[in-house]
Amino acid sequence: MDFLTLIQILDSTVRLATPLLLACLAGLFSERAGIFDIGLEGKMLIAAFFSAAVAAVTGNVWLGLLAGIASSLVLAALHGVASITFRGNQLISGVAINFLAAGLTVLIAQDWFQQGGRTPSLISGGRFEGWEWPFAIGPQDAAAAGTPVSQLMAAANPFTQVYSELLSGHSVLVYFAFLAVPATWWILFRTRFGLRLRAVGENPAAVDTAGVSVVGLRYAAVMICGLLCGIAGAYLATALQAGFVKDMTAGRGFIALAALIFAKWRPWHAMGACLLFGLLQAIALRFQNIELGGVTIPVQAMDALPYVLTVVILAGFVGKAIPPRAGGEPYVKER
Amino acid sequence: MDKPKFVLYFAITIVSGLVARIGVQQLIASLPDNHWAEPWAQLFLIAFLGAVLLCITSLVVFAFFPALRDIVLVPLISLYLATAISALVILAIGEDPVAAVKLMIDGALGSTYGWGYTLYYATNFMFTGLAVAVAAHAGLFNIGGEGQAMLGGLGVAVICLFIPWPHWSLALIFAILAAGLFGAAWAAIPAYLQAKRGSHIVITTIMFNFIAAAVLNYVLVNQLRPKGSQDPASARFAETVHLPSLHEMLAPLGIEFSKSGPANVSLLVALAACVLVWLLIWRTPLGYEIRSLGKSEPAARYAGISSVRIIMVAMLISGALAGCMAINNVMGEAERLVLNATEGAGFIGIAVALMGRNHPFGVFLAAILFGFLYQGGAELALWTSIPRELIVVIQALVILFTGALDNMVRMPLEKIFLALRKGQN
Repeated sequence: MDFLTLIQILDSTVRLATPLLLACLAGLFSERAGIFDIGLEGKMLIAAFFSAAVAAVTGNVWLGLLAGIASSLVLAALHGVASITFRGNQLISGVAINFLAAGLTVLIAQDWFQQGGRTPSLISGGRFEGWEWPFAIGPQDAAAAGTPVSQLMAAANPFTQVYSELLSGHSVLVYFAFLAVPATWWILFRTRFGLRLRAVGENPAAVDTAGVSVVGLRYAAVMICGLLCGIAGAYLATALQAGFVKDMTAGRGFIALAALIFAKWRPWHAMGACLLFGLLQAIALRFQNIELGGVTIPVQAMDALPYVLTVVILAGFVGKAIPPRAGGEPYVKER
Repeated sequence: MDKPKFVLYFAITIVSGLVARIGVQQLIASLPDNHWAEPWAQLFLIAFLGAVLLCITSLVVFAFFPALRDIVLVPLISLYLATAISALVILAIGEDPVAAVKLMIDGALGSTYGWGYTLYYATNFMFTGLAVAVAAHAGLFNIGGEGQAMLGGLGVAVICLFIPWPHWSLALIFAILAAGLFGAAWAAIPAYLQAKRGSHIVITTIMFNFIAAAVLNYVLVNQLRPKGSQDPASARFAETVHLPSLHEMLAPLGIEFSKSGPANVSLLVALAACVLVWLLIWRTPLGYEIRSLGKSEPAARYAGISSVRIIMVAMLISGALAGCMAINNVMGEAERLVLNATEGAGFIGIAVALMGRNHPFGVFLAAILFGFLYQGGAELALWTSIPRELIVVIQALVILFTGALDNMVRMPLEKIFLALRKGQN
């Protein structure tokens, strides 16, 4: 395996890790505030559909992004109403949201586009294009030299390869996702809002006694979660792929949940976990079966690895994953 | 009720009543003559009649069977809400909900062919619903029925492929054992991790669903796939393990039943499982221990009940029940193991158990209802432009209203009952 192949795998790792990272940070906000969210998948899915649908109809990807975020926020609000206002079971609410999204997206897609639950493929204006950095090897250089980008890239020196292939050329949402990591850390650990948000996930009664609204904080967390899931879904349908297809999240919401546990509910570690799981996906995408010292690792093992790792972490064999203390429990003010 | 509040409520009622009256008058005046033929008008009429029926039922329950409030009224109202929203969804995508329901009833219950499919689906859902219910009695949310049912399928396939059975009945007994064993084994690790190490069972069972899918994919592609076949599926089972369908069972009794419906003898196994689960939960010491752990863990601990033991046992039974679904879909219908044989039945078990209030009889009724929805949904997809995913939406709404938004229905109902009772005294 030469250096360029390695860089290409890392490049696709970054692309594949982005939706995981956004969804993982979304879950981080929600779960740190004491609201379990297994509906990340559903929120991403509905955002993927509405962003692709609106982008396809209007030809404007930014409108698509807004529509995706709005639809995800609606489901987040539903989760909030069920689990905060009516103190329902947060896990059951999450399950319901996943099914609601899986059903509604296909139902509406069929009604609007009659293409068997898909949206039309998005053309130039309807997609997030890669953002070429200055001096990076891109399509323009290729057009000027009259050779494909891949040939130019192979001829370049390693530094240029890293710069052009790995760092440059991603869509703006990728950079947003990675900037969201320090932002999340700063909000959670350096602001008053973050302190209260973490406190409400550990001991809501104490927050209530201090005169801060538990309900308000939890709704805020759930809506931030909806916002980030919306961006994750829009990225899937308008940047990673060109359009919506049925069930296109394909368990990414659950991998993000796994990454969140793997990271033990911490933002920087979440980035590490998402990059690791993204790397696994990238490897599985590029190589079918991997030979390692005479033993063939089947592709299914790569698929299952994130889940197995999460179970191992949950089992506490490699450090203990302790969720926020008040997680999953509705807060009752007085009895 | 104190006086200002009462005055306020009274005023709101009067004002909203007047507004509604004016609105309805305006609406009727603006309509063409044959407005009752419009789908939305029919829907409105049916919804109104449904609401009236619900009110009457509520009063009857209140007057004669107050104990049934939680197990009859709450699910009924939730179902009503879920149905109403589903009807609005159908209306929104430009189809006629009343015609859709007619088509569903016709397709699922109008012929023995339809019943064959309805009961086939219902059999699946009885197993998975019971699985969720047993775990729920111990206070555990087993979301891994899907993976456990997949592994159950593997158990059935191993039994049916590699042993030459002289008769289907013998094969069925061992298939049940194998399916139960494989399903229980798949539930055992999450159960152990929950009991011993406190790992959240919801997360571990979700993870095990995905691991099960990968395992099954590997086994089907690399081990069980016959040579020369491209399809990731096992070979067809031998003729001797063919389970008698309802057609073959009812023919000697002189009852005509469609040959094509896949419902088979597993239905009887599922019914037996319902009875056995009822006996287990309400008529055995173990069931008592399971329920006490589910109600209050500290109380159960002080009563000398080992939570580790009960969590393990309840999850093993739950996994075995989910696994047993495979005798219906793998052995009874497909007669070979295919990829995604479970078709989400493990998740529908959640809706079925919620709807059936974790009682085997409730699970039975809810399973029939979902069997009807599945077969009816397939007919809808066949004859109209409504895709099958409508059923997923209905399923989501049922889970939402009976599970997550339970309090939204229950709290006002409790208040009304309380107010009525005060009025009586």
